[in-house]
Amino acid sequence: MGLTRFKLSKSKSKEVNFKNQYKIALAGNPNVGKSTVFNALTGLNQHTGNWPGKTVTNAEGYCRYNDNKYAIIDLPGTYSLLASSTEEEVARDYLKDNTADCVVIVTDATCMLRNLNLVVQILSITNKVIVCVNLLDEAKKKGIVIDLDELSLQLGVPVIGTAARSKKGLDKLLDAIEKICIGERKCHTVKELIQGIKINSEIPQNERDEILTNINKRCERIYNLCVTNTKNDYTLKDRRFDKLFTSKITGIPIMLLMFGVIFWITITGANYPSQWLSWLFEQIKTYLSAFIEYLNAPDWLYGFLIDGVYTTLTWVIAVMLPPMAIFFPLFSILEDSGYLPRIAFNMDNCFKKCNAHGKQSLTMAMGFGCNACGVIGCRIIDSPRERLIAILTNNFVPCNGRLPTLIAIISMFFAASFFGVLQGIVSTVILLAVILLGIFMTLIVSKFLSNTILKGIPSSFILELPPYRRPQILKTIVRSIFDRTLFVLGRAVIVAIPAGALIWILANVHINDITLLKYCTDFFEPFGKMIGLDGVIVMAFILGFPANEIVVPIILMCYMATGVLTDYSSLTELYTLLINNGWTITTAICTMIMCIFHFPCSTTCITIKKETKSFKWTLLSAFIPTAIGVILCLIINMISLLL
Amino acid sequence: MNSNTLTLREIKSGEKCKVEDLLSKGKARNRLLDLGFVKNSIIEVLQKSPSGDPVAYFVKGCVIALRSEDAENILVREI
Repeated sequence: MGLTRFKLSKSKSKEVNFKNQYKIALAGNPNVGKSTVFNALTGLNQHTGNWPGKTVTNAEGYCRYNDNKYAIIDLPGTYSLLASSTEEEVARDYLKDNTADCVVIVTDATCMLRNLNLVVQILSITNKVIVCVNLLDEAKKKGIVIDLDELSLQLGVPVIGTAARSKKGLDKLLDAIEKICIGERKCHTVKELIQGIKINSEIPQNERDEILTNINKRCERIYNLCVTNTKNDYTLKDRRFDKLFTSKITGIPIMLLMFGVIFWITITGANYPSQWLSWLFEQIKTYLSAFIEYLNAPDWLYGFLIDGVYTTLTWVIAVMLPPMAIFFPLFSILEDSGYLPRIAFNMDNCFKKCNAHGKQSLTMAMGFGCNACGVIGCRIIDSPRERLIAILTNNFVPCNGRLPTLIAIISMFFAASFFGVLQGIVSTVILLAVILLGIFMTLIVSKFLSNTILKGIPSSFILELPPYRRPQILKTIVRSIFDRTLFVLGRAVIVAIPAGALIWILANVHINDITLLKYCTDFFEPFGKMIGLDGVIVMAFILGFPANEIVVPIILMCYMATGVLTDYSSLTELYTLLINNGWTITTAICTMIMCIFHFPCSTTCITIKKETKSFKWTLLSAFIPTAIGVILCLIINMISLLL
Repeated sequence: MNSNTLTLREIKSGEKCKVEDLLSKGKARNRLLDLGFVKNSIIEVLQKSPSGDPVAYFVKGCVIALRSEDAENILVREI
């Protein structure tokens, strides 16, 4: 979901004249708040969330402090440098190259014992280190007291306590960074601490065991010297939550209920802004029309600009924006709270039975935001075989660009006859069913892949369940809207403008008295009819390749171009438009099926190509869902014809 | 190895045990070591997932979920 990640490396690289520029690397265990520290230092909005493995690539940002400029690199979380996974290799290689002027090791104050392991390992490579003990606020709540001075003494490097979420202690951290970079403070790593520790990937296993056991012993000694637990039951609250969220009786129902509530809020909440936006755009259209008429512009220009570009553009915004703007933040809040890893925990057995990895449910969850991000997120799965399965099936989760399409169809065809609260509930249940179908297919395809082309036994599943955290609701909402919703919308808008123009041209250029659009849709018509759709819908899915958000607007544009109806301001009128163009319940069902099961959008395809480095797998990732979609629609259509 | 050595899988929820040895090899072994499943560290069995597998363990101040196959590879002593 960290869509911003793509932009990071390019942005803010304007060279301003500073005295010096230093490179700072942020390292640490997964889920200790590295990204939060990164954001707090750089003022950037790298996506944060409470689950291990969220950051899988190096992100880079800049900050200035006094006269110096710092390039800050957010390394992926690592448990150790004796790497056993891709993201750990990324971090290890970076640290081994010794390019950083200073390494800040971010640690979790609530879990120092294990965190110290990595600290010792990094200290054995470089001594330009600052240990940042983060989440001090949480530790305090749990009654964990850390003697930072003693810790600094034991390690031989500066130790700074922070609470990055509330931006506490960051000045001290920057101060310490500066001192190390300009050489004012020299670190003298305690010799006996790192004695005999070699960090290398080619160490024989027995030596590695010994090294790790040694490190563990040393860490335990330091821990006992520096950390005191004043409350014995500091994990009690988390345990109670886990009892509720992961037990046999309540685990799965609560999970479904949780998603149900999120979808319900999205569906019900999106209605109102959708209507307002439609009304607003309609008003603007009147003024625009008058203006263009005043200019005496030719008819074709009016048609091109208003009926083509403007209509498609406003449709994308009015129908697609509200559900996105509501779903994104809600999901982020869930992510912030630490609930997502519990889903992986609950669902792991299903994935194990399919010879896949439980962390696949985490990547699927990311897929709700954006499939491309879900695909990148698959790096958290260590085994290449299981990672590939997760990549190939990620598209079965409807991303934020497809969710509004499903919601619109459900509201028009299935929930319209209900009223009030019931309407929202019916929509939610149907949407949930559609998504469960997608998840079910994910499992079946995973099983199929691991029994055929991606044969293998399940690798080990080791997942950390982080402590629950109170989500920062307001901050999350603001950030989701500005960071992610607008970014996704921007992408959709960029695609919607040329798409609208193209369709208008197709609909208005005649050859032998028949429009080009008619030629195109007629071409797809037989195939479309066969699978319960029509030529327009098939063409819309194909033209929607750059961004799924524009599928529905294209369908509507095509229908409107045939002159049946030109007014649209509510779903009821839209419904009439669709019915007049031959839509039935079967068409609606088949469109929804195709919406979940068809080739990934172009961004996702490019990402899959990058991640798998294989054209073959990319092609397969497009073929599998499309084939399933076509087959399912074919069956549904045949059943409906028989009935 | 003495007679009261069990695998971690056999320990019931709510009970504590001490790590004796790891049977797993390669990457899985390294990862377990990284997470604190080293000799003599104390593990508390927390909560089973709805289907009974995986199980959550409390080790070195963190909650770690393991599948039964991995838990079987961890030899422990009851305490």
